[in-house]
Amino acid sequence: MPGVEIPIEKWTGKIREVKLGGGKRKEIIVGGENTLPFLSFEGSIPHTPRVAIEIQDKEPAAWSPSLLSAWGDAVKDPATWAKKAVEFGAEIIVLRLVSAHPESGNTGADEAKKTVDKVLAAVDLPLIVIGPGVAEKDNAVLVTVSEAARGQRIGIGNCEEKNYRTVAAVCISDGHIAIAKSPLDINLAKQLNILLTDIGVPADSILMDPDTGALGYGLEYALSIRERIRLAALGGDAMVNMPIIGHVGVEAWRQKESKASQGVPPAWGSVEERGLAWEELTAITVINAGSNIVSLLHPKSVERIKATIGKLMGKK
Amino acid sequence: MALTGIQIYKYLPKTNCKECGQPTCLAFAMKLAASQAELSACPYVSAESKQALAAASKPPIRLVTVGAGDKKIEVGNETVLFRHDKTFVHKPGLVIRVKDSMPLDQVTKLVGDVSNYKVDRVGITFGMDGIAVQNDSGNAATFAKCVEAVAGKTDLPLVLIATNPDSMSAALEKVSKAKPAIYAANKENIDKMIELAKKYACPLAVQSSDGLNELAELTEKAAKAGVADLIMDPGVRGFGDTLVTLTQLRRLALNKRFEPLGYPIITFPGEGTASAQEEAVLAGQHIAKYGGIIVLDHFSPAIAYALVTLRLNVYTDPQKPIQMKPGLYQILEPKPTSPLCVTTNFSLTYFSIAGELEAAGWASWLLVCDTEGLSVLTAWSAGKFDADKIAKTVKAQNAAEKVTHRNLVIPGGVAVLRGELEEALPDWKIMVGPREAMAVGSYLKEHWKV
Repeated sequence: MPGVEIPIEKWTGKIREVKLGGGKRKEIIVGGENTLPFLSFEGSIPHTPRVAIEIQDKEPAAWSPSLLSAWGDAVKDPATWAKKAVEFGAEIIVLRLVSAHPESGNTGADEAKKTVDKVLAAVDLPLIVIGPGVAEKDNAVLVTVSEAARGQRIGIGNCEEKNYRTVAAVCISDGHIAIAKSPLDINLAKQLNILLTDIGVPADSILMDPDTGALGYGLEYALSIRERIRLAALGGDAMVNMPIIGHVGVEAWRQKESKASQGVPPAWGSVEERGLAWEELTAITVINAGSNIVSLLHPKSVERIKATIGKLMGKK
Repeated sequence: MALTGIQIYKYLPKTNCKECGQPTCLAFAMKLAASQAELSACPYVSAESKQALAAASKPPIRLVTVGAGDKKIEVGNETVLFRHDKTFVHKPGLVIRVKDSMPLDQVTKLVGDVSNYKVDRVGITFGMDGIAVQNDSGNAATFAKCVEAVAGKTDLPLVLIATNPDSMSAALEKVSKAKPAIYAANKENIDKMIELAKKYACPLAVQSSDGLNELAELTEKAAKAGVADLIMDPGVRGFGDTLVTLTQLRRLALNKRFEPLGYPIITFPGEGTASAQEEAVLAGQHIAKYGGIIVLDHFSPAIAYALVTLRLNVYTDPQKPIQMKPGLYQILEPKPTSPLCVTTNFSLTYFSIAGELEAAGWASWLLVCDTEGLSVLTAWSAGKFDADKIAKTVKAQNAAEKVTHRNLVIPGGVAVLRGELEEALPDWKIMVGPREAMAVGSYLKEHWKV
């Protein structure tokens, strides 16, 4: 009988390297791999996927008790929260400017600048700042955020097909990374990268967020969009070969399954265990499908998923 | 991979007789290649060609059945590496392991809990799929006794774990009718395990910790001896090694059509991890990356529910989104005076609207129409969510008996259906709800005046 020959895929493309951080800020490079996630027997994976912790500029309103007890009073102040996130093992901080949303405070550019200044002063990890997700407000607050962090190469988002020019322009002028968000569709993801590079965003200053559905809420789409993007990128498509970021934590902990202890069937089991499983299974699925950064919320998930990535990277 | 149309064409009579219903033999070959026709439609194909084509169309990963009856586990017969290329087909079996060194009452209690575990998702009931019993004691009689006790307590399929052929034989004597999987044949015991697998016609797992070459030698040996239903344990454990090895095995089977490794894979996430929670994460990896039977060392409802949900996600046909079973669903505890809303059976549509109603504290009735898994606007434009469909569903689900009012809230996206619906349901007042699920709470607050 002939011996078993391990099939090796010869990929022609590779994922771009993107550097976050700079100035006095710690630097992290993501991307650079020329094979599918963790298949180091056929390619090189120079930079490990990273785990970010997401914090907000406002005390969360409807969070699961499990998250609230893990973070304690830190959630009352973004700088304290960011420091605590560093203690809990964050490699990158994702700061979401929730309070700028018209329905949850409608704070303005000055407030956003203050928050970002405080967080930048409190920690030296790379930072990613996400606006409230309403076009006018995103544009208003993210411009001042960009100025405040000039020279520190932070990530700023979201750039979406309907609203990307303002954020892209400040990323270009201040040397930041544009977070390109598209709704679970490879063609739209590619289209947005083309639009961004056309107006002058360097291709190595883009992180793609192809969107993330939580376990039970569209995770299959999040998985397949990543696999499709990765296969296209490794096949040589230079307009989808940017590293991928996924906001796993907020998606997973938003769901009833992560939060509800009352009025749910006994078969759902312990809410504490369930919430963690919801976040961690969402994370492992998108990481194995192709993610360079995942942002999480629970310190225990952060610890476990970091250890898991380490194990996936450590084996030849 | 499967044969191309041109390759198949070579085996056909090339007479273009049209009796198969296709204009030419080549057209028929193309249909065969696309699995849109059966070879039996050709009355003239030769026996040799039939045989050659059957061998070539043999599934690259054998479909293996563990257990007998309604609850049997079927795994294998997968045809793609990535679900978007077609779909994953046979959901991996989630099996809980007990050991014969545990006190028997503890074993039977756990087996009872696992067997009784049921959880609903998208209107379908799921549970665990099997029990593995391990001969931890090393003693044949103890093993047989434990296996018999387990079999008496569950109708789930069994995986018998013993490397001692005497232990395996003693257990099989008790439960072979239930067609348990035999785990495992290895380099030392394979001859005796093959004998047992043949004697009792049970599927056989083959285990090697010495690389894929040895694994392939063992499976070939078993196959040549007449054991066709094989399961493989490539001996690797933990995150990195299993991802790499299971990927290689799937590629060998599909891309290289390497028959000796064309069988489903059994995994043991508990052996490569340090806690129940970590085991769950590795089991999650095995669900998406090529596990066939996943043997778990911990059972808890929360993790079982999460894994079952993940499996449902990963094994959903990308062409056919996850669907809710059509019906009249209760949100919180609705009364006959509570609002009645109608929506489609695309699971994400359902979850959005149900979630918003619940979050806003609206006890209500949610009527789910069969739109073949399409969302509101897509279903409407495809003619699968129209006045006729909604009216029929209102009647079929006896909505009028559940509520005392006659107000039906339709999604704002299909406001145009209002007129037609009022004709189709003359007793009902049709209310046009918001376009976005997110606004349903405030909409009801303003407009619901029953």
